[in-house]
Amino acid sequence: MASLSSIYIFWYREVLRIWRDKIRVVGSLAMPLLWLLVFGAGFSRLVQVGPGVDFAKFMFPGIVGMTVLMTSFMSGVSIVWERELGFLKEVLVAPVPRSTIVIGKALGSATVSMFQGSLVLGLAPLLGVKLTPMLVFKLWPLMALVALTSSALGILVASRMKSMEGFQLIMQATIMPMLFLSGVFFPVNSLPPWMGLIVKVNPITYAVDAIRQVALAGEAALQDVASVPWRVTVYQHTMTVLQDTLVVVAFGIVMGGLAVWSFGRQD
Amino acid sequence: MDAPLVETKDLTRTFGDFTAVDHVSLRVERGEIFGFLGPNGAGKTTTINILCTLLKPTSGQARVCGLDVVRQQSQVRQRIGLVFQDPSLDDRLTAWDNLLFHAYVYNVPRNERKPRMESILRMVELWERRNNQVKTFSGGMKRRLEIARGLLHHPRLLFLDEPTLGLDPQSRAHIWQYLHQLRKEEDITIFLTTHYMEEAENAHRIAIIDHGRIVALDTPGELKKKVSADIVTIKTSDDKKASEEIETRFGIHANGAAQASAPGSANEGISLEVPNGHEFVPRLVSGLSTPVISVSVRRPTLEDVFLKLTGRELRDSDLTGKDIMREHMRMFSRPGGRRHG
Repeated sequence: MASLSSIYIFWYREVLRIWRDKIRVVGSLAMPLLWLLVFGAGFSRLVQVGPGVDFAKFMFPGIVGMTVLMTSFMSGVSIVWERELGFLKEVLVAPVPRSTIVIGKALGSATVSMFQGSLVLGLAPLLGVKLTPMLVFKLWPLMALVALTSSALGILVASRMKSMEGFQLIMQATIMPMLFLSGVFFPVNSLPPWMGLIVKVNPITYAVDAIRQVALAGEAALQDVASVPWRVTVYQHTMTVLQDTLVVVAFGIVMGGLAVWSFGRQD
Repeated sequence: MDAPLVETKDLTRTFGDFTAVDHVSLRVERGEIFGFLGPNGAGKTTTINILCTLLKPTSGQARVCGLDVVRQQSQVRQRIGLVFQDPSLDDRLTAWDNLLFHAYVYNVPRNERKPRMESILRMVELWERRNNQVKTFSGGMKRRLEIARGLLHHPRLLFLDEPTLGLDPQSRAHIWQYLHQLRKEEDITIFLTTHYMEEAENAHRIAIIDHGRIVALDTPGELKKKVSADIVTIKTSDDKKASEEIETRFGIHANGAAQASAPGSANEGISLEVPNGHEFVPRLVSGLSTPVISVSVRRPTLEDVFLKLTGRELRDSDLTGKDIMREHMRMFSRPGGRRHG
């Protein structure tokens, strides 16, 4: 019981902070909008990704995934900021198991990023993507999975960081390359071999692939699944949504375990 | 008789070659305000961190509220309140939310939560401001909120690590007014560290700590008796010569003579301890061949006790650059700290 109320309050605090800072929510939508509208429109003439699907449509699920991923990662990593402000000390001396702190924080981060991701999903009509309520219900669990995994990654990184100084470096060394090499911005099958290898080792690739398969399932031009050119293949095997999901689940369990372990060890 | 709220035996903590806390043994009884006085880096915060279960001792034992700080970590944490040296509030949340967070984490029962939060906010006079974000608070208000938060879960023992550091004298007096009131109303014991003498005067008993060791432990009154007499401070045109003269003629050793011998510091003055200062001054002045510039007589303070026990001043004992910077950071991170109590 005590653990549940501790998880609840860490979740609540995460949500409350965003609620008190609504301008940041609106501000954080600027990036995905910019990507979708500017790059989508700019590259649509140049890049052909497949019949009946222009570049903006292709990129849209990737941007949804990216929004969820970045928001929850940043939320997890905000522990570094809390350390700097001193608030982390109040958290660390609390008479609650450290694991409940990690779980509450991850759930809160996930909630916030799901909200942001759903706002981006709302842009679908603007890009001509046909989203049905059914599809949205299928997307949410996927988004939640991605959110939990990346907030765990954020907590793991933050629990090892003692100051804000290395923050920029960590961002550039972890989450940015993982995003760029994941198929958010381009199809991953026709890449140079070295790059293709990195992309296929990167778990985010599978998260994006799953979200894309589900989000674009309503497109008439894509009903013949076999002909879709951007599905991720590993050793000639084309990944299904379920298989993609399993990859992310496995990665998420490892990250979550490491985050709990690492956060619990610090003093 | 109650068991002591804090009991340590040969408590020691080392960091590499450096011994921060060196065989500290002490007892804090129920209802007491216990002061830990010493310069920066003397081992005060390290001791508190061990007692709060944030740090493990290298050797020795410590029991808080009758519980072992190493083996019964969360039970200890549940029973103590903490106010840290550095601010530890969530600036972006309101005063109310900060307390609510604490109430949940410290398992304050659901039906007690709101009444308790209200009464404690009223006590520190922040009820009207409960829905304001903490970042709009002055330094003194933040401190009061932190003290309120530390008391929210009915701890039996409250740790205050430099509770008024970085605050102006007015806010400092205000905070102490609350602490005395709280102690009476809530029946709590206070364990406090400070390097301000005036603050230590609030304590019932004081342990003076230097280089990780307790050099004296007694009531402020008894400690002052260690400096058995009045303090006579005398400035002359040649302090070094004057102190030699005093030594030979009156058989009294003068403090500050060593500094006086250093070039450029001849005008700092020298101080003497004499049983009956006022009667001694005329004899002193007439007995010196060195021209006297000024003489003053005063009752001993804790400052004098500290000087006598450790051989150095409390205030300017090696503040490192980092400490100074931290003080500055504190001033800036508590905007408006001079405006309100």
